[in-house]
Amino acid sequence: MARFENPVSILHPRVAAARRDFVSGRITRREMLFRASMAGAGAMTLAALGGLKVAAQGTPEGTPAATGEVGYSIQVPTDLRTDLGGTSIRAVLADAGNVDNDWHDAAIAKFTEATGIIVERVPGEQSATDRLQNYRQQFAAQSADLDVYQIDVIWPGIIAPFAVDLTEAVSATIGDYLPALVENNTVEGSLVAIPWYTDAGLLYHRTDLLEQYGLTVPTTWDELTTSAQTIQDGQLATNPNFIGFAWQGAAYEGLTCNGLEWQVSNGGGNIVEADGTISINNEQAIAAFERAAGWVNTITPQGVVNWQEVDTLNNFVAGNVAFARNWPYMFSASNAAASTVAGNVGVSVLPMGSGEGARNAATLGGWNMFVSTFSTKQEAAIEYTRFMASAGVQRSFAIEKSHTPTLVPVFDDPDVASAQPFISELRDVFTGGAVARPSTPTGENYAEVSAVYYQQLNAVLNGSTTAAEAVANMETDIDGIMSGL
Amino acid sequence: MTTLSAAAEEARRDAVQSYKPKRKWTIGRILNKTLFWALIVFLFTYTLFPYVWAFLSSIRPNSANGQIPVQYWPENLTWEHYQYVFSERSGFLPALRNSAIVSFSVVIISIAFGASAAYALGRLRFRGRSFVLYTILSMTTFPAIAILGTLFQVVRQANIYDTVFALIFSYLIFTLPFTVWTLTNFFRAMPGELEESALVDGASPFRAFWQILLPLALPGLVTTGLLAFINAWNEFLFALTFTNSDRARTTPVVISSFSGNTQFDVPWGAIMAASVTVTLPLILLVLVFQRLIIGGLTAGAVKG
Amino acid sequence: MTQPVIPVPPSAAVVNPVQRRNEDAPRASWAKARERLAWAMVAPSMVVVIVVALYPLAQTVYYSFTDARLTRADEAVWRGLDQYRFLWEDRNFRGAFVNTVQFTILSVLFETILGMATALLIFSNFAGRGLLRTAILVPWAIPTVVSSRLWQYMFTEPYGVFNDITQYRLPQLVDWIPGIGSSLAGIFPAPGDSIPFLTDPTLSLFSIIAVDVWKTTPFMALLLLAGLQTIPGDVYEASNIDGATKWQQFWQITLPLVRPALLVALIFRTMDSFRVFDVVYVMKQGSLDTQTLAIYAQQALINGDRLGRTSAVAVVIFLCIALMVVAYTRLVRVEENS
Repeated sequence: MARFENPVSILHPRVAAARRDFVSGRITRREMLFRASMAGAGAMTLAALGGLKVAAQGTPEGTPAATGEVGYSIQVPTDLRTDLGGTSIRAVLADAGNVDNDWHDAAIAKFTEATGIIVERVPGEQSATDRLQNYRQQFAAQSADLDVYQIDVIWPGIIAPFAVDLTEAVSATIGDYLPALVENNTVEGSLVAIPWYTDAGLLYHRTDLLEQYGLTVPTTWDELTTSAQTIQDGQLATNPNFIGFAWQGAAYEGLTCNGLEWQVSNGGGNIVEADGTISINNEQAIAAFERAAGWVNTITPQGVVNWQEVDTLNNFVAGNVAFARNWPYMFSASNAAASTVAGNVGVSVLPMGSGEGARNAATLGGWNMFVSTFSTKQEAAIEYTRFMASAGVQRSFAIEKSHTPTLVPVFDDPDVASAQPFISELRDVFTGGAVARPSTPTGENYAEVSAVYYQQLNAVLNGSTTAAEAVANMETDIDGIMSGL
Repeated sequence: MTTLSAAAEEARRDAVQSYKPKRKWTIGRILNKTLFWALIVFLFTYTLFPYVWAFLSSIRPNSANGQIPVQYWPENLTWEHYQYVFSERSGFLPALRNSAIVSFSVVIISIAFGASAAYALGRLRFRGRSFVLYTILSMTTFPAIAILGTLFQVVRQANIYDTVFALIFSYLIFTLPFTVWTLTNFFRAMPGELEESALVDGASPFRAFWQILLPLALPGLVTTGLLAFINAWNEFLFALTFTNSDRARTTPVVISSFSGNTQFDVPWGAIMAASVTVTLPLILLVLVFQRLIIGGLTAGAVKG
Repeated sequence: MTQPVIPVPPSAAVVNPVQRRNEDAPRASWAKARERLAWAMVAPSMVVVIVVALYPLAQTVYYSFTDARLTRADEAVWRGLDQYRFLWEDRNFRGAFVNTVQFTILSVLFETILGMATALLIFSNFAGRGLLRTAILVPWAIPTVVSSRLWQYMFTEPYGVFNDITQYRLPQLVDWIPGIGSSLAGIFPAPGDSIPFLTDPTLSLFSIIAVDVWKTTPFMALLLLAGLQTIPGDVYEASNIDGATKWQQFWQITLPLVRPALLVALIFRTMDSFRVFDVVYVMKQGSLDTQTLAIYAQQALINGDRLGRTSAVAVVIFLCIALMVVAYTRLVRVEENS
């Protein structure tokens, strides 16, 4: 695959399915776009079909079209200010081709109706890396061009100097947000962004294959390694492309997410701890990396050193994978009608490692709403972010667009639970177990720290360096980055 | 100024003819000939294949672009990639517009500034002349990255971040030195009598420049203009750094991060369609102005 | 982009055709008016050069001694040589330096050899040489970003065309050769065994060099061709009479006579390669195995916000290139004296 930096966020299942059909030649681009635009209704179909392990999405042909505002259950909060009517703000949300855009437009229409504030939706970059670079350029240029930004969960430390403190804005509901997210978004006592939707790494497995080989869902990495090898050995006879375990090993942010899961679950620390200690150079992290490097060329092909989420997804839905690590979006995507594994997909928490402090660990992802200090219309911008992150809006975003909420009460909403069963089933992963990348202690240096981490880790995976050498290099490099020069 | 002069061309022909006397067809000679033509064919393929391949990929559906084994001749033709590239969603059209605005502006400004400076440097005697010439010339060796950060500050202070002005302004650093140098040589090479007769007739030096020398320098102006255009059209680093929206982003930046409709798509068909489109004007320029471009490129290299 | 301007050594540069005339007409007021006009005419260009180049360059040098951040450069604190010390100790900077030198040497070497071969081919008389001369301009005219993406696509594994050629087409082709065909076919990768052109850390730099060579060989070839065309034909004639072989002619006549043009072409290409950014960035972003100095600097600025660091790297690149120019000027002078 070409090296594209992909955002670590949810890809809508229906779009993913359409994209896959498109790539594999089953449908044309036009058809893909059509199907993608229908995705708004897809999530509800999923609800009707229920069941975590057997969920399957309805055929695209049979899905009623829901375009524009029709079908969106967005509820406008009652406490929005109405004295700012006529103010016009600009917000960067999804990218130009994003399937959530019709939902965004519907939400904006409701917001304008309630407050009189006009919102212009500005498309952002698709790749999170490009997006961050552009945001930084905006801030460096002290541009008042944009008022509201959608920011990744790992950016608060980077964009904090340009953030309006939103503590006041959500003071009434702050206790309802997932505490880990609030903590993640709080820099030096101020809330730099409001949590909007969330993500976490999950382990996918093939229920039919586990049954066939008489195995259970692995709870430790070693068990996963053995089970994957067993299934792969058995399947290779009939399928030469079979892969025991698929994950993301390319040198990009996604590898930081994978690597963090390996080391945290092995008691190997958090790269940089909350107090700023650089803890990466430890035996348990080395062991975790060596274990991962051992997968390459055994249960995972060499090509994994260039894999991103899409490669995992493509191989999984083609029926070539026994176990896979991916974000929640793959659940709906792999259960879509066109998927060869629909109905045979199971999801669980990622396995534990061994040694002292071993635990289950899933890397936390997700997006937040941010208001720029360079904005000249901060009050109106704040109202918009409050609206977007409110319970009534998150509920709709979960039901109709299958984005995992950040407000605890929304997890308990019966409509959300029936529309997206995996959200409530894996609730503990989202609400408790997810591990934040060290973006808070590294602050504005996070992007560089992560780059050092994934570049060195990628070198371990492709065999050009040893795990021990890599963690030593990481330690020196991160120390250099944090020196402030 | 050295476009391919007639004298050099003739000398070359002489040379070629003189060392190729008629010989008999021997096995060795046939082998030699075969090898020679094989090399020629290889060279054509080597230089043109990537572009031809891009074109073929741009008219094939994406499903065929990811096929193994590779489909060499497109079985199904499609214009969908071009339709997408020229649709509003791709963001390519504004980029094309920005590229055109930037490139034409750069050409006009560098020729206006460059020709005027070149006349002064080439035909007027004044104190500080070589200082000016060398200052401008030294800009050629300048790595763009050396001023990336600080030029960003200048752009911000001038309040032209994310506008075409930022690019027009910064591109002059590439195009101006070259224009000044080439045109200075051009003016210098003109016979002094031309201007002298005008001056004797009482025309001011500026009039002599404007009415007599400038029209004569037209081939030089076209050559430098073409090269400035190509440089501005192709520039990447400054465009990547000084712009970040449809308002000013140029085609190289858009193509470098061109992605499809969904997050995980690698839309080779659309990338190739955009690549073919953005290169087309350049290929046309090359075809039409081949001689002038080669002349401009090699100017100086064969001086004295 | 290639900037085909030659910093000609001072001895050759200052030849003023109107000088004589001025001395003949010592009318002071006229000369003064002329001087004013001259300055007025160079002023716009000088202003541009000062604002866009000299002022930023001076700033760059200053910032390289500070810890300046791009987003708040006004808070910069003077740190003396700290940035340079950091670079000296930084493994990644050393890696970028080595990559850049490797890239420069290999890419200039290959494009010189290929460029010379192309120039000699075009120089010999054959039907279609005009066409070939136009054709080789195509890679040169294609924007670097575009050519990088074309090649990136061709290098893709597993479905890129190069992987198809090496796994399927070439073995098929050589299989036709009687006798040794099947054993020759064995040296190519087996079907399904893709070559990781851009993902293998040892291979990717070479893949990128291949793209750069493709892109810049035309420039080299055209400069060399212009050099070839200045060689008088009778030189060859004389050596033909002496019975010299083509090979001898190349080493004894062509190469020495084309040397000045070659030298000029070499220095351009060396300078350009040393500051390479586009082709590597588009194909590999900031990947460590291919990172060059320019990318290291750009990443420090954009990913790290470190204006001070970027400035220090910029000064290093600038000094290296200045050194090359000095070395070149020396060489040309030696050339002229001998």
